[in-house]
Amino acid sequence: MELVQRARQGDRRALARLITLVENEAPEAVEALQELYLFTGKAQVIGITGPPGSGKSTLTDKLVKELRKEKKKVAVIAVDPTSPFTGGAILGDRIRMSDLNLDEDVYIRSMGTRGSLGGLSAATSAATKVLDACDFDYVFIETVGVGQSEVDIVKAADTTIVVMVPGLGDDIQAIKAGILEIGDFFVVNKADRDGANRVALELRMMLDLNEQKLVWQPPVLMSVANQNQGIAEIVAGIKDHFTYLKESGELAIKRRERLEKELLEIVSKKIYRQIADKVQREGKLKQYLDSLMKKETDPYTLVKVILQDVIKT
Amino acid sequence: MAEKRIRVLVAKPGLDGHDRGAKVIARSLRDAGMEVIYTGLRQTPEQIVAAAIQEDVDVVAMSLLSGAHNHLFPKVVELLKEKNAEDILVLGGGVIPEADIPFLKERGIAEIFTPGTPTGKVVKFIRDKIGEKV
Amino acid sequence: MLEKEKWQELSKAKENWEKGTVEKALSKFKERQEEFNTGSGIPIARLCTPLDAQKLDYENDLGFPGEYPFTRGVQPTMYRGRFWTMRQYAGFATAEESNKRYKYLLEQGQTGLSVAFDLQTQIGYDSDTPIAQGEIGKVGVAIDSLADMEVLFNGIPLDKVSTSMTINASAAILLAMYIAVAEKQGVSTEQLRGTIQNDILKEYSARGTYIFPPTPSMRLITNVFEFCAENVPKWNTISISGYHIREAGSTAVQEVAFTLADGIAYVEAAIKAGMDVDDFAGRLSFFFNAHNDLFEEAAKFRAARKVWAKIMKERFGAKNPRSWKLRFHTQTAGSTLTAQQPDNNIVRVAIQTLAAVLGGTQSLHTNSRDEALALPSEDSVRIALRTQQIVAYESGVGETIDPLAGSYYVENLTTEIEKRVWAYIEKIDALGGAVKAIEQGYIQKEIADSSYAYQKAMEAGQRIVVGLNKFQMEEQPVKGLLRVDPAVGEAQVKRLQELKKSRDNAAVQNKLADLRQAAQGETNLMPYILAAVRLYATEGEICNVLRDVFGEYRPVEIL
Repeated sequence: MELVQRARQGDRRALARLITLVENEAPEAVEALQELYLFTGKAQVIGITGPPGSGKSTLTDKLVKELRKEKKKVAVIAVDPTSPFTGGAILGDRIRMSDLNLDEDVYIRSMGTRGSLGGLSAATSAATKVLDACDFDYVFIETVGVGQSEVDIVKAADTTIVVMVPGLGDDIQAIKAGILEIGDFFVVNKADRDGANRVALELRMMLDLNEQKLVWQPPVLMSVANQNQGIAEIVAGIKDHFTYLKESGELAIKRRERLEKELLEIVSKKIYRQIADKVQREGKLKQYLDSLMKKETDPYTLVKVILQDVIKT
Repeated sequence: MAEKRIRVLVAKPGLDGHDRGAKVIARSLRDAGMEVIYTGLRQTPEQIVAAAIQEDVDVVAMSLLSGAHNHLFPKVVELLKEKNAEDILVLGGGVIPEADIPFLKERGIAEIFTPGTPTGKVVKFIRDKIGEKV
Repeated sequence: MLEKEKWQELSKAKENWEKGTVEKALSKFKERQEEFNTGSGIPIARLCTPLDAQKLDYENDLGFPGEYPFTRGVQPTMYRGRFWTMRQYAGFATAEESNKRYKYLLEQGQTGLSVAFDLQTQIGYDSDTPIAQGEIGKVGVAIDSLADMEVLFNGIPLDKVSTSMTINASAAILLAMYIAVAEKQGVSTEQLRGTIQNDILKEYSARGTYIFPPTPSMRLITNVFEFCAENVPKWNTISISGYHIREAGSTAVQEVAFTLADGIAYVEAAIKAGMDVDDFAGRLSFFFNAHNDLFEEAAKFRAARKVWAKIMKERFGAKNPRSWKLRFHTQTAGSTLTAQQPDNNIVRVAIQTLAAVLGGTQSLHTNSRDEALALPSEDSVRIALRTQQIVAYESGVGETIDPLAGSYYVENLTTEIEKRVWAYIEKIDALGGAVKAIEQGYIQKEIADSSYAYQKAMEAGQRIVVGLNKFQMEEQPVKGLLRVDPAVGEAQVKRLQELKKSRDNAAVQNKLADLRQAAQGETNLMPYILAAVRLYATEGEICNVLRDVFGEYRPVEIL
């Protein structure tokens, strides 16, 4: 596929177009991902999440700049919510990274959550593959909050950073259930504000309480991203974690699990699509629904009928 | 297949800090179901074009009230051409005298929206131009 | 008891009127709208009666002009003493051209100057900076160094005029240049009168010409307060501005609330820097917008005065009555002017002028009819100035003080605005003050929400703008618009390069090094800036030193 070749040769327009295709789940996307698969597996994928106002975009901006000092190629996927009412979105994370616009070895892409269940994690994971195959050394995925869809997105990451900030009230308690499991490390940003040490302390305590004895002890780091403080330490931590993942064999396990999940997802999506298409194409859906409404049959019996029908053909 | 969205880069070129119009347009396009990437203030034409390409947008919509439009808008079109991205639709808005509009259109800005333009008109213009493509 | 009965009687009479006369009329002829609201969303009653003002306590709520709480005005005689200062904001292209425009305006009877700077001057870049290209001389005059400032005020005696300068992030530098020009004219700093805007917070929330982050910006501002308290006692060291907040789309209530919240932040910063509130509060001034909603606007100014007086006296414990006074400049609302049928704008500006004067403004800029199209032409500027002169000399509104006082409607609106302003101030206090509220994007989002709601209401035809969404017509392009010659940019760059060759560069570098060292410490930076400016260090050079030390502000955008 010409687009794939161009993208791998460094054509930004082609790369951007490929990401649009995979995000839209366009028919050409399958072919592209087929070709790209061989080249994937080198990049470290880093998820960054945290509550609104925690300074994630600024932090990401600084981390990218730090990595650029070593001439690494870095990509960022910045996710913002889509309006559930209109399907539109305003994606503003780039604002914080606008000095990176002109760096040829940095690629930043904004994505809306677009609302479809599981669709976003599929889209970010596919976009990550495109970037990985185009020789980016690091791919950051930045998401707001720690809702379920964000948790799904960071599951596509090798390393997950949870960003906290002092002064947001009791939110640690409120979200601890979600974050403790997913964080490979925690960053208390805006650490020049009152209460930063307390947030860090609480986090450490909660991590200690965490029953699961891990080999990797998630560190809690402090930063003041807009003053460039603590950035080098986080970058070092990101690298340490990757080394750990590789040496412990956990990376292989993680990636294998991820592949399993993705493979099954692709299969189920494909099967679902075929069945749904067939049922709709033959106009049987209306007929099925009519008989369900009249209680002539029940959904479970109908499922058997539909499956048999598809398998036959 | 997932639904496609029209993607628009709303950009503030130059040093002008008046972003009321840009923000109103950004919200209107969002409410019309588009994905809007907002650049924030003080963007050079080079930064705008780089963002447009990375984001694979269909439209670049610029707003400017400082009077520097004749310098900045055509520059964006030129740079897009250099990057083989002249298919991206470029729109301009702001305090722009009638007399400058023919010049700007000649230089490749598809439409200029002056103060008082209903946002619906901008939405419709984009849909008409991009709708069939997306 | 008698009083109470009187109110009950009136209340009953009003009820009878509504059930009888009004109902009868309504059954034949409906009102134009289901409900009526001001631009800030305050419901407007069909009729106001003494009932609406019955809780008003004259002495406490209104008082007398020149006395606390200043609801009726800050001066004892107001416009019977002298009219407001008529001050047209002007500046474009080069210092020479702007100098000519100032002299023209002074000849036409204008009583004070108001300098507009171009964008790279406002953002602290020299004219040869790449991002400045295309902007030089566009929205104001380009000033790179003292050399340009000398030309700008050539032949204008600085001991005779008062000068207002719209400059914020780099206000300290431009003020230093103004002082240096005065020194060359032989005018002492004690004689200088004028204002620098110096209001960084609204740059973050609404206007966009910021340079440094909030903490060092607040330091520069308090440095100016301190320096002027000692050396330039008649100078207004800040003009805390709601104008741009309103232009960005806020309501009248938000305009007052966010401006006063910014004011609180400045006062707190100066007190924290060790100043006594009465040493600087008397030199604080304000800058508001005047829109078309005549009564709400007039009430807004009255409410603002009352709330500020209370803040200064009760919250900050200021003792000097001068510290309690909210003195303000007004500009008519650029955002209400239409590009369609631009002559209609003359009428809008006239109404807005009335609003400002009925609200008791200390000075006024009237916008020109062609501002939605380009920079104003000389003819348009003259008509705008004449509008003020007609209101002053012919309308008679200035002959008595605060003529709207006692109007049941206006007093009711004043109270309602005051109430809503306090509610916002409490909310902002709870967020940790104006700086925190801006850092969290709260104020920006409130403004953007109002602006979007207004736009939608207009597009739905719920708000009518004549010539725009009603009474439109086919029009020919307007002729005679002012255009800034693109050659201005090149000429300015050339002038800058020549300056850099002819000045004593070693001395400039020395002074810049001193400034850098001072900026790293905690001392007042004004003397260091003044020393550098006198030797023709450029604005860009000075700002770059400070950028190195302070860093640059990154905006919060919550859409």
